[in-house]
Amino acid sequence: MSELTSGATLEKFSYDNKIVKYFGAAAIIWGIIGMIVGLLAAVQLFLPEANLGTPYTTFGRIRPLHTNAVIFAFVGNAIFAGVYYSMPRLLKAPMWKKWISWFHFWGWQLVIVLAVVTLLLGFTSSKEYAELEWPIDILLTLVWVAFGANMIGTLLTRRERHMYVAIWFYLASFVTVAVLHIFNSLALPVSFMKSYSAYAGVQDALVQWWYGHNAVAFFLTTPYLGLMYYFLPKAANRPVYSYKLSIIHFWALIFIYIWAGPHHLLYTALPEWAQVLGTAFSVMLLAPSWAGMINGLLTLRGAWDKVRVDPILKFMLVAVTAYGMATFEGPLLSLKNVNAIAHYTDWIVAHVHIGALGWNGFLTFGMLYWLWPRMWKTTLYSTKLANTHFWLGTLGIIFYALPMYVSALTQSLMWQEFNEMGRLAYPNFLETVIEIVPMYMLRALGGAMYLSGVFILVYNLVKTAKQGRFVAEEHDEAPALAKHVPQKDEFWHRVWERKPVFFTLMATAAIVIGGLVEIVPTIMIKSNVPTISSVQPYTPLELQGRDLYIANGCVGCHSQMIRPFRSETERYGEYSKAGEYIYDRPFLWGSKRTGPDLHRVGGKYPDSWHYHHMYDPRSMSPGSLMPPYPWMTTNLMDHEDVPAKIRTLQKLGVPYPEGYDQIANEDLDKQAAQIVASLKESQIDVMPNAEIVALIAYLQRLGTDIKKVQTVENQ
Amino acid sequence: MYKEVLRSIEDIETMPLISLIVFMLFFIGMFIWVITVDRKYIEHMEGLPFNDEDTAEEHEKK
Repeated sequence: MSELTSGATLEKFSYDNKIVKYFGAAAIIWGIIGMIVGLLAAVQLFLPEANLGTPYTTFGRIRPLHTNAVIFAFVGNAIFAGVYYSMPRLLKAPMWKKWISWFHFWGWQLVIVLAVVTLLLGFTSSKEYAELEWPIDILLTLVWVAFGANMIGTLLTRRERHMYVAIWFYLASFVTVAVLHIFNSLALPVSFMKSYSAYAGVQDALVQWWYGHNAVAFFLTTPYLGLMYYFLPKAANRPVYSYKLSIIHFWALIFIYIWAGPHHLLYTALPEWAQVLGTAFSVMLLAPSWAGMINGLLTLRGAWDKVRVDPILKFMLVAVTAYGMATFEGPLLSLKNVNAIAHYTDWIVAHVHIGALGWNGFLTFGMLYWLWPRMWKTTLYSTKLANTHFWLGTLGIIFYALPMYVSALTQSLMWQEFNEMGRLAYPNFLETVIEIVPMYMLRALGGAMYLSGVFILVYNLVKTAKQGRFVAEEHDEAPALAKHVPQKDEFWHRVWERKPVFFTLMATAAIVIGGLVEIVPTIMIKSNVPTISSVQPYTPLELQGRDLYIANGCVGCHSQMIRPFRSETERYGEYSKAGEYIYDRPFLWGSKRTGPDLHRVGGKYPDSWHYHHMYDPRSMSPGSLMPPYPWMTTNLMDHEDVPAKIRTLQKLGVPYPEGYDQIANEDLDKQAAQIVASLKESQIDVMPNAEIVALIAYLQRLGTDIKKVQTVENQ
Repeated sequence: MYKEVLRSIEDIETMPLISLIVFMLFFIGMFIWVITVDRKYIEHMEGLPFNDEDTAEEHEKK
């Protein structure tokens, strides 16, 4: 308070604890739901029967539900609980408008409920962590703007002149997530719950992973660093180790993070320069990330005796350590030689779970164990139970991550192994899957341990609340903000940091420039995507099949991107070219190969093979872990939406002839009749408008366009 | 359409260079500030999380 004139009248105000309680409780409830769904998905990977025989509970649909629930429902609500507790106290002012806080709360829960319903029903854009369809995207934007308005309003009515570093992180997270969400979600609607991405192929991939990487950065990392800078000093009852370091940490981190997205696309058809940029910035990212970790860990200097007895500090210590491990592993995975082994494997799954379970989960638990007794003016019901939770959770993380590292290396090396004859040692993909099934079982055990710890937390917090009395409004007083008298020798950064709106604009500039430098050239320069003359738009039936592939989340387990390695071209065929994807809206490269790559599956098997394989994968591939899709043989499609889809794609520049929307369904019927006839030859009777017919049309088309060139050349 | 808009910007290739210079200057300036900043300011900032009623009460108890 040194800069305030002494003797100013104190103003009375209060902090709203009720909204913190609601967001905190929502975080736990959604966290449990998200983790149960995750556990179900984990079990399905060794027990396909756990798909429960319906499309709504099959892996491809519940996997995005799990990721969305954990990221946006569990972590999201925890962020808001922490922000709504710390920000008013740091600024000596209540949150700007109570009704906005409650609009934010209920709006966010509504988005989550809509996500649960629509994702399970198969309404999805299929872009990872941005799966929600356009009407929900718009609602999400409104709610997010309300959150930002509430923060900025609070800043403008504050009684403390300076913004503590935690608030910088909150503001940067708000603006960046807004920018990312809007640009990545740009799409042209076909109907109420269906749209096509504004970007195609390589460009769509770049924008998506610019988003995807920064969703990790600005949703799972920077807001949590803000929480760390507030709650860790509070819990340890000592100031942050180095406030100076936190300033450097902030600017360096937000500036560098935004560039690193292309490391998700190494060795793909993305232009080489973009890949190099992604790798370089990812390696640089280690410095600010570890600056943050070191700052967190050293805040506990001289308090190690407390760490031994206080479960809250234990949770926070493991959280910061997990952050350090994950941010060391990230740059490592961005090196091309490491990425060649790790990409498409369980290594990435292990990596994200070190972050989600360790960093996000444990910091959340530490924060909630700290908040609950304070808001109920009591002590924690049971330190012993909190310790039990801590050990169950820690062992859970270990049991989760270690088997995933083992399975990743085992499988990746099997994929790449050649025998003495110079052929693939394991030509059948399934062999490499069966080998790692025990690891999948152990992983599910780890997840179950972690989840059971959360139930202990619920019991402990409920008991804590019962023994105390909730303080809905916490009163405080502070002098009003006196008019600032500028000092002569003030440095510009200090001036900025007093002007929150200007500060926010500067942080926005830092992230926007990084994004533009990467994305603009990819969109502008034509030579980035060399065209291949034989690549044609999808036929109407293939388009319908592709949309089914999207709706069922096939991309969750199957990539469509063959990297230029001999081990991949031997197994799958010619490596993938950028020009092959120009009509792919959205792109479906995938990020994980639980099953084989499908980019060259077209023409590899007869139609009847696909029919039997979809009906019961294990009839064609004994021991397969793929869930069966028998309903696809009987579910019928009306294809009434085809003309609208064609028109939407035409608007996006796909060269269907003018007026094609009117006759598209005639072409569709002809192609369906051919597939029905080919199935008939194998004694399979199927309706021409069955889902399986459209899916077979799409699968048989995949990756065949460039083969046409070869045929022409051979002639 | 956005492609045409971007292509029509003249000298767009100099923009990365300008951004590089701006950011270099920004980070150099920030380092200078952080190194030379007033100790009192840092102490004030570090103390902000402890400025609320909660901790004051705890301190009274001690």
